Amino acid sequence: MKYDIVIIGAGISGTAIANALARYERSVLVIEKSNDVSNGASKANSGIVHAGYDAEPGTMMAKFNISGKSLYPELCTRLDVPYRKTGSLLLAFSDKEMQTLEELKKRGDINGVQGLQILDAPDVLDREAHINPDVKAALYAPDAGIVSPYELCIALMENAMDNGVSLWLESPVKNIRRSRRNYLIETSGKSVESSCIINCAGVYADTVHNMLLPQMFTIRPRRGEYFLLDKYAAGQVGHILFQCPSAQGKGILVAPTVHANVIVGPNAEEISDPDATETSARGLKEVWETALKSIPDLPYNQVITTFSGVRAEPSSGDFIIRDYPEMPGYIDVAGIKSPGLTAAPAIAGHVVEMLETQTGKMQQRSAFRERRRELPHFHQLSHEARRELVKKDPRFGRIICRCESVTEGEIVDAIHRNAGAKTLDGVKRRTRCGGGRCQGGFCGPRIIEILSRELDIPREKVRKDNAGSGILFETAAEEVYHGTV
Amino acid sequence: MEQYDVICIGGGPAGLAAALSARENGAGRVCIIERDMELGGILQQCIHKGFGLQIFGEDLSGPEYAQRFINEVRNSDIEVKTDTMVLEITPQKTVYTLNPQQGYNILQAKALILSMGCRERTRGALAIPGSRPAGVLTAGAAQRLVNIEGCRIGRKIVILGSGDIGLIMARRMSLEGAKVLAVAEIMPFSSGLTRNIVQCLEDFQIPLLLQHTVSEIRGRNRLESLIISKVDDKLQTIPGTEKEYICDTLLLSVGLLPEIELPFASGITLDKRSRGPRVNESMETSIPGIFACGNVAHVHDLVDYVTEESRKAGRSAACYVRGELKPAAAINIVAGEGIAYVLPQEIRPANCREFFELFFRVAKVYTNAGVNVFINDKKIKSYHKKHMAPGEMEKLKIKPEMLIAAESIKLEIEQISC
Repeated sequence: MKYDIVIIGAGISGTAIANALARYERSVLVIEKSNDVSNGASKANSGIVHAGYDAEPGTMMAKFNISGKSLYPELCTRLDVPYRKTGSLLLAFSDKEMQTLEELKKRGDINGVQGLQILDAPDVLDREAHINPDVKAALYAPDAGIVSPYELCIALMENAMDNGVSLWLESPVKNIRRSRRNYLIETSGKSVESSCIINCAGVYADTVHNMLLPQMFTIRPRRGEYFLLDKYAAGQVGHILFQCPSAQGKGILVAPTVHANVIVGPNAEEISDPDATETSARGLKEVWETALKSIPDLPYNQVITTFSGVRAEPSSGDFIIRDYPEMPGYIDVAGIKSPGLTAAPAIAGHVVEMLETQTGKMQQRSAFRERRRELPHFHQLSHEARRELVKKDPRFGRIICRCESVTEGEIVDAIHRNAGAKTLDGVKRRTRCGGGRCQGGFCGPRIIEILSRELDIPREKVRKDNAGSGILFETAAEEVYHGTV
Repeated sequence: MEQYDVICIGGGPAGLAAALSARENGAGRVCIIERDMELGGILQQCIHKGFGLQIFGEDLSGPEYAQRFINEVRNSDIEVKTDTMVLEITPQKTVYTLNPQQGYNILQAKALILSMGCRERTRGALAIPGSRPAGVLTAGAAQRLVNIEGCRIGRKIVILGSGDIGLIMARRMSLEGAKVLAVAEIMPFSSGLTRNIVQCLEDFQIPLLLQHTVSEIRGRNRLESLIISKVDDKLQTIPGTEKEYICDTLLLSVGLLPEIELPFASGITLDKRSRGPRVNESMETSIPGIFACGNVAHVHDLVDYVTEESRKAGRSAACYVRGELKPAAAINIVAGEGIAYVLPQEIRPANCREFFELFFRVAKVYTNAGVNVFINDKKIKSYHKKHMAPGEMEKLKIKPEMLIAAESIKLEIEQISC
């Protein structure tokens, strides 16, 4: 099997690049080790489109943050992904932090961030009633925004596939060899040949790099833990609220989500295992207590879930986006830590240019489908549109997820799209089914039923997430019948 | 737009009893809306016995108990819409419904009865640290999978929380051939009924670990093990007491919360203590003509009490439709020291002809305690109780004459030294 370009990793970088490449007459394959796209750091982060004042001027982080941010409104409209410009407030509680605001404002001005303003305390409290009254000032960035990171990834991949890009899931890369003209990529199942490789392997990007090149950088896994609060807490916060950054990162934020929840986190903890997405009592305590500095009355009884994500922290301190003369066709897109989500659409454009520099101008596909097939957002439809939709397809008349009002029709649709849902968590990320306050208590059994029916697999084969995460066991009688005991 | 006298939202024990009672008390067109495929609510998955001792003087299973009411409804002219979800209600009692066959419909009622029941607290709400594998589910979801869908959910099981569903599921899973290693309870007492502790744990030699909780969940894909730790008086885990339990399933029975989506969205006042809508002596919420009963109002321990309460709500709704329920001055009822919540939260003496019952739960276990009733801050009565526990709902009769000139009522628990 041969493709022109193989992208390793279906996180935000990989899917954004796949989507950008889908416009050209090139055969593209995305290889992902997990069983779904967006199943690493891209699903477990703050979901912020950053204004761009954090990064040192001149870094790639600064450059792609600014250019990436400006692509968001159009991109999210095109792909029907929830995105909202909320503005952000960076809060200062001491004179020293006031100074930080000044420095960051200056840095933002140099980076080209528009509209940055330092607000005094009354002005801050006027905008956010629940903020700690000890606040001294805040750096206001009007064009910071929020996005659903996993929905964006899924949409990028789906739209890429609608335009001919292929996706292999559950295919961890075992080895890469270079033959005279091509690369041979061996995954756990099958092998594939290609003339270009784009390494978007996230926390494993150094491992992939080292398969072909001498070690030039390392990726350290850095874990961040989060709380997600019920929609009943939505009134607590309207802007993204940052605290002053430290060496460990941008600090703990409290922010609304595009689905009207409130997100709180992350801390930053160096860990050794890139897959260690556990939460810890100590870490969660740290996050919550720090967040109380921003919003003292943050309601703990509205917590609906906790989770953690492992970010890829590059040894270089900046994004590693580069090619190598000795390895033509190979590009690293590594160490894409924050603001990686914001930067991704711009990085994708940059990678296309890098490829064109190497392999010559690529021809645009004549029939590129800009938009995804329309998503049935039942919840958002008018009375009349709801009535029509149910008449056409009765499955839209059955609510499966009570917390988020998701219909059976939406779930079935999410399963059968390109890059569709195959697991409970996959359904959750695409439809919000099970992502509400009951966390799948009511809808779980019914989604198992729907997945089993639509994928034509027995219920015991329906999984929560990756291999080994089955929910149901065979009954004792079935075990005897199948000889599994 | 279809017009009704009374619409009950939810066709479990509360909705069934409320609808029947509304119809018997003269309401004209009555309808029950149920989101599941059949009536009966959570009773349909409660295949154990223990229902109906108060109402029928018989020991029935959940489906048997429900069926008696379903039969009565079927023999009446009450309309039933199953597989129908209510998406929204308005203070004007307009109800937006969704059903696969009948589609999207808007109904209008003169009175509404909220009878949606409750939901379970989850792992997420407890913020238990660790991984997020398959095999961690609420006891109620497990009960549905096992008893209705006929699934096998695990082989080696730990249960966190000794609420009644947790206890019942400990026995159920044992009968299904699974090994239940332990039931861990963070409090120094179980919130379940004593009879369930005896019949579901002791009879099956399942250890009940009081003052213990799950402090870590392990296993990236399927649950592999749990760490259970002892907790101190402040419910904080005590370092050094960790013990690992190898298991594939964790069931959570860590509390039930009234299902308040609809009342919240329609602006009905909620009570911080009961977590349900505030109700008055007629089970009427802060919006006149909208009533609440059963577990949406407060979480009950026995379905028989749900039935009684819902009959009252149905009767009140019929009265309201006839214009006989009087808006009148209300007396606030306050949950004082030692009381977790009290219901109703207010009484309008003008609507109380006979004696009146207050329902409450205590905040902790009491032996030898007095329940003091204060009217206008003056102690007027004290009832001695040998034993009270949060798991068991308490009742108190208030006579109408006690309400004369009353402005406030407060309940308080007083520990009597022995």
